[in-house]
Amino acid sequence: MLLFVCLGFIFSFSILFLHKIVKGKLAWLSALVPLSIFIYFAKFLKRVSDGEVIRSSYNWIPSFGVNLDFVVDGLSLLFVLMISGIGTLVFWYTSSYLKGHQYLDRFYAYLGIFMSAMLGLVLSDNLITLFLFWELTSISSFFLIGFNNESSSSRKSALLALGITGIGGLFLLGAAVILGDISSSYSIAEIMQQSNEVVMSSSYIFITILVFLAAFTKSAQFPFHFWLPGAMKAPTPVSTYLHSATMVKAGIYLILRFSPILGDTYFWNTTLMIVGAITMLYTAFHMLFRTDLKAILAYSTICALGIMTFLTGIGTYEALIAAMVFIVVHALYKASLFLITGIIDHKTGTRDITKLSGLRQGLMPVAIAGFVAASISGGIIPTLGFVGKDLIYESTLHSEYYPYVLTGISILTNALLFYGGFLVGVKPFLGPKKEEYSKIHLPSIRMWLPPAIMVTLGVVFGLAPHLIGDTLVVPGSKILSKTSEAFHIKLWHGFNLIFWLSTLTITVGTVLYFVLKPSHALVKTIEKLEYISPKSIVEKLSLLYKIVSKYWTMLFQNGYLRHYVATYVTFIIILVGFLLYQDPRIVIDYNSLADLTVYEITIIIIMFLSTLFTVFTPSRLAAVASMGIIGFAFCLLYLFYSAPDLAMTQFSVDTLTVILFVLVLYRLPKYLRFSKNYLRIEHGILSSIFGTMITLLILKVLSQPKKTEISDFYAENSYVLAKGKNVVNVILVDFRGTDTLIEITVLIVAAIGVFGLLKLRLKARDKK
Amino acid sequence: MEILLAIMTGILYASGTYMILRRSIVKLIIGIILLGNGVNLLIFLLGRITKGEPPIISPELKHFADIYADPIPQALILTSIVISFGLQAFAIILVKRTYKALHTDDLDMLNTLDEDS
Repeated sequence: MLLFVCLGFIFSFSILFLHKIVKGKLAWLSALVPLSIFIYFAKFLKRVSDGEVIRSSYNWIPSFGVNLDFVVDGLSLLFVLMISGIGTLVFWYTSSYLKGHQYLDRFYAYLGIFMSAMLGLVLSDNLITLFLFWELTSISSFFLIGFNNESSSSRKSALLALGITGIGGLFLLGAAVILGDISSSYSIAEIMQQSNEVVMSSSYIFITILVFLAAFTKSAQFPFHFWLPGAMKAPTPVSTYLHSATMVKAGIYLILRFSPILGDTYFWNTTLMIVGAITMLYTAFHMLFRTDLKAILAYSTICALGIMTFLTGIGTYEALIAAMVFIVVHALYKASLFLITGIIDHKTGTRDITKLSGLRQGLMPVAIAGFVAASISGGIIPTLGFVGKDLIYESTLHSEYYPYVLTGISILTNALLFYGGFLVGVKPFLGPKKEEYSKIHLPSIRMWLPPAIMVTLGVVFGLAPHLIGDTLVVPGSKILSKTSEAFHIKLWHGFNLIFWLSTLTITVGTVLYFVLKPSHALVKTIEKLEYISPKSIVEKLSLLYKIVSKYWTMLFQNGYLRHYVATYVTFIIILVGFLLYQDPRIVIDYNSLADLTVYEITIIIIMFLSTLFTVFTPSRLAAVASMGIIGFAFCLLYLFYSAPDLAMTQFSVDTLTVILFVLVLYRLPKYLRFSKNYLRIEHGILSSIFGTMITLLILKVLSQPKKTEISDFYAENSYVLAKGKNVVNVILVDFRGTDTLIEITVLIVAAIGVFGLLKLRLKARDKK
Repeated sequence: MEILLAIMTGILYASGTYMILRRSIVKLIIGIILLGNGVNLLIFLLGRITKGEPPIISPELKHFADIYADPIPQALILTSIVISFGLQAFAIILVKRTYKALHTDDLDMLNTLDEDS
């Protein structure tokens, strides 16, 4: 099974070597990849319809509990077949739609990765791998949406989609980690066993919110819906694939998958119903104000997703069945409508509904497919859409909460969906034939056959709903609602209330279709309200974020060395100060001051004075000279306190430094006072505090007993092991010989640098 | 004596930091040198100071018979002195080159961004 899940990845990778074939005349062969996946998984249909759950497990990181566990049950198989089935048609369609496109190979590579990620997402039983595949779909869809990367609006939309869905993925990871913590397993099946503990746990609300955020961002629920219309900038096959069967359905899949774990609580049901209802109404009305075919489809997609969320929220066995049937309905008609839009766009060069008319001549098969697709979307008998709508009304009427309100909302939304479907699928083909479209003829069969196949399926499934009902939907829903009750999906229930509601929907939809005329004036009206839409609010927030982060960065990274140093020093002061504040005990032995000798005091005074002189002298030469004095005072200090090696080294190094300094500096300009006075005072105070802090720190350390194990080791073994009597010497050249070697290397590098800088002769043009 | 040296270390740190915070590059180097001296003194003090007992084993013995100064801080400081000499030499030459190329000793004048140059 792993092979088939990863086939898309393998295919994408192989394009690196096979790009000539994929770009050439044999491009349509790539459709064999999703087709083979479809056939492989279709073989599971029989077993799944018997209620079997097929598992296949591959160890990945067992020590973390992260494994590639794949589960085929009704729900996942339904998604897998949609992904691979519609994938086959999309791959096939693309070979004609983007024929001869420069980057067709890239396109197929992205599509392949996306398809595999999507398959992994719906098949994963492990939450962590689910998250990985989830993010992979976000990333690969980013490339697909931004495929026309020369257009800036396309890039922007892709980025927006990635931002919203990517953030959603992080919420999912959070939920996964907490769930794994509660039930000590990342396996969804195992967590399902412990769903009681999860619901009773204190973090239940938190987990649920995280899952909701992940699902709502991915499935474009209000108020995160705005990335989806933007994503229509993608080439039409991408829109078809992403928005009918895959990407945006992932959120719905997630809620469905989690409903046996987190579901059936007041919070779960009401949140999903409210969000779903707002989304479906809000976007259904937005649909009225669009003239671009793809924009209408985008809003009707969000609307349909709203209905699915809403149905999952109702949460009964019937509602889950309705949701799953509606997923299939939507996938079939939305994919066909998108593909038909692609054909229209391809042939006429416009997607403006106000301009298109009379396309039935020349595009007859497409027109028929469009009409059938619109009928499925409108729920006209005998299509699967009718079955789906029946189930929706049945579940709203039987809902625990406000059945009549919910039914009313559904009728309104469905009527508007009817309108939207007919607007896209029928309107462009009716009406008077236009002069400029007279030369249009039927496109390649690779373009019009895929939508035709899908709408045919829509009718076949409508006439025989048990084909998907008994095999996929009912077994899937049984697991989700933990029941074994039988359920038979039927096309015809007789002239009952639901039938009349359905008729009412179609009537309202038809009236809307004839009364409302899409126009650019309506588009303008809605654009006036754009500034309060969630999209512009988010855009403004991100702008604000940019400004704030710019100021924040400038605060610390302003490019002035002294500023950085001041920041470090302040930070150290705060850290050390806090430590000293916590434990302010310092023992000072004043008696040791009694046996000070004259020369010790003299050295300290010399050091002190020359340090002050170095800092405050206005002459550079004097500063260098007094620095030399400090160095020589150090020599004496080392000599008094038993460090003859140090004294010698300090003496020679200090002499060299002073000579070097003087040699270089006599040519430099006058020692200027650059800084302003208040800055000098500020820095003076800062440095004094820092110095005091260091002094206190040293006194504190000196009042602790000293550990001498390491020193004792060297003292003991210096002669015994290394045959040397000067211990410092032995440490440097024997015990730590490698370190000294590296030190010498550093010196050599510095010497080479100095030599290079001295010898460097700049060319005239570089000198500027 | 430790107390006095601790205070002296503090003074060296303070003056070193102050000099590093100046705008002149030469002062910056002086600051680094002062700070380096301060660090050496700090390490020296943390190993405790011992008068007149260098860590050298007398010729006729194999081990120390008496107390001795801690050799580790000395080894560390020795390394530090040598390395900081390398750093200082390089920095001084760099200042010379900078001045030759840009005719300024002011750090703020070197503050051009890549795209401006």
